Amino acid sequence: MKKLLIALVALVPTLAIAAGGGAPLQEANIDLNDTESLQRGLGLFQENCAGCHSTQYQRYGRVAEDLNIPIDEMRAKYLPEGAKIGELMENAIPDADAAKWFGAAPPDLTLVARVRGEDWIYSYLHGFYKDESRPFGVNNTIFPMVGMPHVLEGLQGLPVKQEDGTIVATGGALSAEEYDQVVRDITGFLVYSGDPIKLERERLGWWVLGFLFIFFIVAYLLKKEYWKDVH
Amino acid sequence: MVKNIVNWIDERIPMTATYNRHVGQYATPSNFNFWYFFGSLAMLVLVNQLLTGIWLTMNYVPTAEGAFASIEYIMRDVEYGWLLRYMHSTGASAFFVVIYLHMFRGLIYGSYQKPRELLWLFGMLIFLVLMAEAFMGYLLPWGQMSYWGAQVIISLFGAIPVIGDDLTLWIRGDFVVSGATLNRFFALHVIALPLVLVVLVFLHLIALHEVGSNNPDGIEIKKNKDENGWPKDGIPFHPYYTVKDIMGVAGFLIVFCYVLFFMPEGGGYFLEKPNFEAANPMKTPEHIAPVWYFTPFYAILRAIPDKLMGVIGMGLAIGVLFILPWLDRCNVKSIRYRSLTHKLNISQFAVSFLVLGYLGAVPATPALTIAARIFTITYFGFFLFLWIYSKNEKTKPVPERLTH
Repeated sequence: MKKLLIALVALVPTLAIAAGGGAPLQEANIDLNDTESLQRGLGLFQENCAGCHSTQYQRYGRVAEDLNIPIDEMRAKYLPEGAKIGELMENAIPDADAAKWFGAAPPDLTLVARVRGEDWIYSYLHGFYKDESRPFGVNNTIFPMVGMPHVLEGLQGLPVKQEDGTIVATGGALSAEEYDQVVRDITGFLVYSGDPIKLERERLGWWVLGFLFIFFIVAYLLKKEYWKDVH
Repeated sequence: MVKNIVNWIDERIPMTATYNRHVGQYATPSNFNFWYFFGSLAMLVLVNQLLTGIWLTMNYVPTAEGAFASIEYIMRDVEYGWLLRYMHSTGASAFFVVIYLHMFRGLIYGSYQKPRELLWLFGMLIFLVLMAEAFMGYLLPWGQMSYWGAQVIISLFGAIPVIGDDLTLWIRGDFVVSGATLNRFFALHVIALPLVLVVLVFLHLIALHEVGSNNPDGIEIKKNKDENGWPKDGIPFHPYYTVKDIMGVAGFLIVFCYVLFFMPEGGGYFLEKPNFEAANPMKTPEHIAPVWYFTPFYAILRAIPDKLMGVIGMGLAIGVLFILPWLDRCNVKSIRYRSLTHKLNISQFAVSFLVLGYLGAVPATPALTIAARIFTITYFGFFLFLWIYSKNEKTKPVPERLTH
């Protein structure tokens, strides 16, 4: 309990600014090189989110390859029953049913990080708080009147908004620190999903720029040589 | 052997003569500066768009159901598809950067003046077709901004009296932007407009090589020829400007590839964030902004309170550029030898254009709308002032020969 309190106090400066609708976002600081975090993010996403939210533009096999997960492990741990490794990561429930249950079909999340930004996802997952007036008993500081239940309540505990606007959760399976890491892992996985080629693209980019610098110098010297006899 | 083949061809078509006329023996002023890179760079970007466009077409699905997913298929499942796509999307913005700088070059050195009026007109037509090409291309990813941007722009035609509504219906092929619109925009984007563009670029070059290139001094080098009839201030395009343009290409590619590999979204201006969400006709985005290269004209549209007048104002903002050669009545071309009034007028025009570009990209507030009105007036003021003062402008003496 003492540990939880210390962790909460440490979080106060960042959480405080998230109070109120459309509140300023907290920084997620995602590191795409942290493969272990992305793997945990995939696991958490498949377990808690993928039931309703698809990531239908990416394939299981590609994710396994990018996140250094052996194919057998991918099949055993992360694939829904009946899914094949080369398939798109579509979700289980039909949109029409989902719309009936939640008021709107849960959006596909493959590209959510490119639409909203990583800080938004991170802040959103930290933004749930108890609100009895809502159908699922929770509201969200970043997305007021959201139609989604607090799926991670079992991990975080029931978050309650304090008078000063901070959110304090109690009774969850995880400490505040551990929960923050969970949120960060999920956010990281979604950032990866939005732009899976990013690391490879930047790696390649340095080589291309290096080549172009040399090419520029050669082109400059060639021009200088030819232009010696002008003027 | 090679000589025999060349002779054989030359007896049948004027291959060597054409090469000499346009490249090998094309007399080019020897004092081109930085501003003169952008013509050849525009050609480079055009080729980039054509080639990457062809390869994108191989995997793109032009239907309302399949378009968005096919872009992600290209980004994820096609080998180096992400590279082709980003080359094409970054190329679209680069095209406008290069073209705007190329047009500004023409503006400051008076390259539109007699005898280059047709050259300027072909250039303006290229600009116009390029805008149509870019607008239709932006619908193809079928994202939220693709969809709503097209919805807003097409609805502008509805402001035209009598025929407006029928016209928008005819453009869309439906009562709202739909798969029918996507199909026709795809056809126009990949076949019709590129063909027109290539023909116009050809005419632009023919016109250029007929009258000869202008230069930063705005002097006709053809007026000073040596005994062989070669302009004394001219150098052959090849090898001098081919090697210089290669250097320009290298410099350009460094910037281009930096954007391409490290910030392909261009800070949300080259690829807008809402466009990563599939088009949804039931959900209007909070803020609909056109891509950055249309924002100066969009700001003028919004600045004018009446919808029809706004559309006319936006059309005039582009249309007035067409008649620039006849608005400028001064017979000195280059800004170097023109009056302080002209220098200030061009400066305020550049500032107006940039500020309008900014204002067109952000949501309108009452204060910003007033700013947009002021800069709309200064934008058009440039042309009016120019027409007035250029008749009796106090210019500096123009040298006989090029300065370096």
